[in-house]
Amino acid sequence: MIAIIDYKAGNLTSVKLAVQKVGGDAIITSDPDVIKAADRIIFPGVGAAGAAMNNLDDLNLDTLVKEQIASGKPFLGICVGLQVLFDMSEEDGGTDCLGIVPGQVKLFKAAPPETKVPQMGWNSVNFLDKHPLLEGIENNSYFYFVHSYYPSTSDRTYILGETSYAGVTFSSMIYKDNLVATQFHLEKSGKVGLKILENFCGWDGTC
Amino acid sequence: MLTKRIIPCLDIRDKKVTKGVKFKNNVILGDPVEMAIKYYEDGCDELVFYDITASAEGRPIDIDMVKAVAENIYIPFAVGGGISSLKDMEMALLAGAEKVSVNSLAIINPAIIAEGSKAFGAQCIVLGMDPIKTENLEKCPSGYEITRRGGREFTGIDALEWAKKAENLGVGEIVVNSVDADGTRQGCELELTKMISENVNVPVVASGGVGCSQHMVDVFNYAHADAVIIAGMIHTGDYTIQQIKEELSEMGVAVRR
Repeated sequence: MIAIIDYKAGNLTSVKLAVQKVGGDAIITSDPDVIKAADRIIFPGVGAAGAAMNNLDDLNLDTLVKEQIASGKPFLGICVGLQVLFDMSEEDGGTDCLGIVPGQVKLFKAAPPETKVPQMGWNSVNFLDKHPLLEGIENNSYFYFVHSYYPSTSDRTYILGETSYAGVTFSSMIYKDNLVATQFHLEKSGKVGLKILENFCGWDGTC
Repeated sequence: MLTKRIIPCLDIRDKKVTKGVKFKNNVILGDPVEMAIKYYEDGCDELVFYDITASAEGRPIDIDMVKAVAENIYIPFAVGGGISSLKDMEMALLAGAEKVSVNSLAIINPAIIAEGSKAFGAQCIVLGMDPIKTENLEKCPSGYEITRRGGREFTGIDALEWAKKAENLGVGEIVVNSVDADGTRQGCELELTKMISENVNVPVVASGGVGCSQHMVDVFNYAHADAVIIAGMIHTGDYTIQQIKEELSEMGVAVRR
């Protein structure tokens, strides 16, 4: 069973539908017991980092998320579910996050008409390493992004994929042991997104 | 790099996809879900569905259709028509739509943009606007006036002012649908699109008038559109999405292939 953690940070329907499409058995939940019993976890999220962190706190899920990552269970963050893993985000006047990945989440600088914020649409990801989740995925494949803030880590050993926008190259996919997270939306990235989700459903959490 | 998006638009009337010219003379084209799957398989970047009779019939958007689409395509799609409250927005998003598009509703009640943006995130809220060229420069200094009901009703609102206001209220994207160009397949209203795109920070989607790949090159390169909505040229079978993307790629436009 895959637990899709519901912390009132956006719409999880499409994540569940995509997991089901690739044969995964998923439940949307904020129940700690269900999350603990799941054999893998998806940590999604859209919207603002500040609200996301407040909701995690209110639901007493912040410590649980850290414990679950430490347990070695396959763990997949998506979008804001990636951003809140960092030390902090510039969003909402500066938000302290979970501190699992060293680095900050920063605001893109808009420069209309060429560069709009949010970045909205399909951008390519340059993969820096091999990984079981990338089985069958070509380098520089296109994925769907929608975000105004971008993750930037100082420790390059965490970077699995990079993407360029608005004059910066940011960490669009990060990894560490049993943890993987994407800034792009796997559930909205067509066949390549579904393939990574399918790989996640069969992954044992080791590299 | 971020690619330009090609977005097929499906106008729904009585549960079927239809297509008109200048918002009139609609003909039936097919089943929305089947057509969505076809365009998804063919490589479109996103889809938009307008339930064009929902508002007139005073009913909410067809949620069963939204669900059926979400169960079959795994790319973003927006829905519009029949969105008259936060509750309607929530229903459409929970059914699996990525975005909801507001048009007339936002004109009557601009605060809905801020409320929707706060509740669901700016990226979910799209402003659709139907501007028409006007001589009334006193009221509309940009030269374009916002209409309702696809050009049948004038509002006296200036198109550029409306775009800026909507951005401040928190929309994540603006769809500029030129009433003059709609359904003509003679090219987009370039000056209108350019003006809006140069004056807002959020993505701008050009809509109305696209009949061939060159029209898209023009609206991307000259008018700085971030995405383009197409309908007639693919619904008739004159073009496939793949063919459009091949042509755009040859003409130097970055597209996802």
